[in-house]
Amino acid sequence: MEKFTVHKGLVVPLDRANVDTDAIIPKQFLKSIKRSGFGPNLFDAWRYLDTGEPGKPNEGRPLNPDFVLNKPQYRGASILLARENFGCGSSREHAPWALGDFGFRVVIAPSYADIFFNNCFQNGLLPIVLKATEVDRLFNDAAVNLGFQLLVDLSAQTVAYADDSHHFRFEVDVFRKFCLLNGLDDIGLTLRHTEQIKTFEEKRKLDQPWLF
Amino acid sequence: MNPQTLYDKLWQAHVVYAEDDGTTALYIDRHLVHEVTSPQAFEGLRLAGRKPWRVSSIVATADHNTPTDHWDEGIKDPISRIQVETLDENMRAVGSKAYFPFRDLRQGIVHVIGPENGATLPGMTVVCGDSHTSTHGAFGCLAFGIGTSEVEHVLATQTLLAKKTKNMLVSVDGTIPLGVTAKDIALAVIGRIGTAGGTGKSIEFAGSAIRALSMEGRMTLCNMAIEAGARAGMVAVDEVTINYLKGLPFAPSADVWDRAVAYWRTLHSDPDAHFDCVVRIDAAGILPQVTWGTSPEMVVTVEDRVPDPDKEKDATRREGMERALQYMGLKPNMPITDILIDKVFIGSCTNSRIEDLRAAATVVRGKRIAENVKLALVVPGSGLIKVQAEKEGLDRIFKDAGFEWREPGCSMCLAMNADRLEHGERCASTSNRNFEGRQGAGGRTHLVSPAMAAAAAIAGHFVDVRQWR
Repeated sequence: MEKFTVHKGLVVPLDRANVDTDAIIPKQFLKSIKRSGFGPNLFDAWRYLDTGEPGKPNEGRPLNPDFVLNKPQYRGASILLARENFGCGSSREHAPWALGDFGFRVVIAPSYADIFFNNCFQNGLLPIVLKATEVDRLFNDAAVNLGFQLLVDLSAQTVAYADDSHHFRFEVDVFRKFCLLNGLDDIGLTLRHTEQIKTFEEKRKLDQPWLF
Repeated sequence: MNPQTLYDKLWQAHVVYAEDDGTTALYIDRHLVHEVTSPQAFEGLRLAGRKPWRVSSIVATADHNTPTDHWDEGIKDPISRIQVETLDENMRAVGSKAYFPFRDLRQGIVHVIGPENGATLPGMTVVCGDSHTSTHGAFGCLAFGIGTSEVEHVLATQTLLAKKTKNMLVSVDGTIPLGVTAKDIALAVIGRIGTAGGTGKSIEFAGSAIRALSMEGRMTLCNMAIEAGARAGMVAVDEVTINYLKGLPFAPSADVWDRAVAYWRTLHSDPDAHFDCVVRIDAAGILPQVTWGTSPEMVVTVEDRVPDPDKEKDATRREGMERALQYMGLKPNMPITDILIDKVFIGSCTNSRIEDLRAAATVVRGKRIAENVKLALVVPGSGLIKVQAEKEGLDRIFKDAGFEWREPGCSMCLAMNADRLEHGERCASTSNRNFEGRQGAGGRTHLVSPAMAAAAAIAGHFVDVRQWR
């Protein structure tokens, strides 16, 4: 997994609540057996005026000019600013894969759906929770300041304006933070506990043999 | 010992070890696998030179991509076919407790086949790369959906890293009116607490109205716990649970059965157990539910009208409502019963079990679908359910009424196969999500119970099934 330490990037505001993972990456793209290549179809139904299909080239498809990701001032954005309950619905990890493949490294929202939130950490994508008032402020500033950038420091757990005028602190689990900062594969970490897992399993076989 | 909730008990029984920050390795008893969210996990395992920890925990089937008609012709979509064949290959390569491939008699929706084969047992942790894994909590399990990286983690280590959630109790007491079902309870709960109402929580459904539900009804309810944002939904074990499991292929037998049952009977919240959050609902006040928008929380009763955004004070909510109404092609304040439909879908891991099909068949018996209904699909949840329904003659009732009687699978719940809505089409659906484009790009979904969907198919618009004759 790619390490995440400090990231500075352009912010794109996606001003709607309850964005579901079906919207982030529609079902037809879930037929892929790969982890990559989902970026061009991120938010497919909102981004394009026609319907995308796997295998269909995306170049030349008619873009929806009203969709925020298509606006020229947000080209190259790597920080997605979102509203509450972002990533609700389906457990598809294709959602963070698509966000990452598109170029996002950070999502900022007042709240997330649990499965999506977990999936982000597995893919070097940092989902930051800020207070609703802080998120409101970011939406306002992103709307009026062209080229609005933020500096995210995972180690310090801060989101800062590029001109250093404001700082917001965020919480992150110690274990998740450790894995992201070091780009660690958590399977490798868990397998360090192989003996404990085996011991647990042996006892379980004796106590509840019908489970095996 | 302090009184514990059912969730506390299930959690504690599976803790292998915990990090200082509370991140816990939970032992996983049952790993359900399907074709969409597993190929990358198996590939990751291979690339890292790892082997599955315990293949006897794996129960797998192909369901999301499989067609529901012309099974003799195989899977025509080449991309879908590759995904299903990849699961075939992975199952051949690693093995499993059971694999029900495409066209197997016991193939079906992963959340239907687990319980009906007794592969879902009380006290288990059950995971699957699918959000509707919450379904299995109906058996007093700790069951939740996981992402593909976590699928790989479970394959490699037989554990899942998780943090304990809060405890939420949803107590539904009293008797639900005739014509009201578990689906209506689920939608009413979501309407009350919202799609993020359960975020960071595990919900135990309790109360006399829940105790009165069959296992099918409890599965419907727990299935939709994820639509309330909950990490898991669950119902305590009782005689209904135990009677359901007796004699199923993977359920314990002989003297092991008695030992298992003795343990299962402890799987309930202790009196005075602490819940962080309690919601109480009067069962008698729940009416048939119909969603009007693009989120399951956008729901009203069949007696209501489409809500008016002008009456909503919160700006973000108002904009969400306006956007939803525009997408759904609905006008504020129109009666729900005036909404005309184009298609009907009876199926999905929410409502495709035998009880659901019986309820729908009762409504359509001797009638014909309305002229404006272009397609009415019945998709049983599994091959076994299909056989049972045919034994009871339900297929005949549906076909005589103009419904199509299909092969099992996820079908038009998420429209990964050929079953879908076309742009602008409106559907009465027994599935679980009414998101934009969920049942097909531009499609409009109204979530309802099987009986309500069946009645809408006959009438051509929503009707109150309590007044059905």
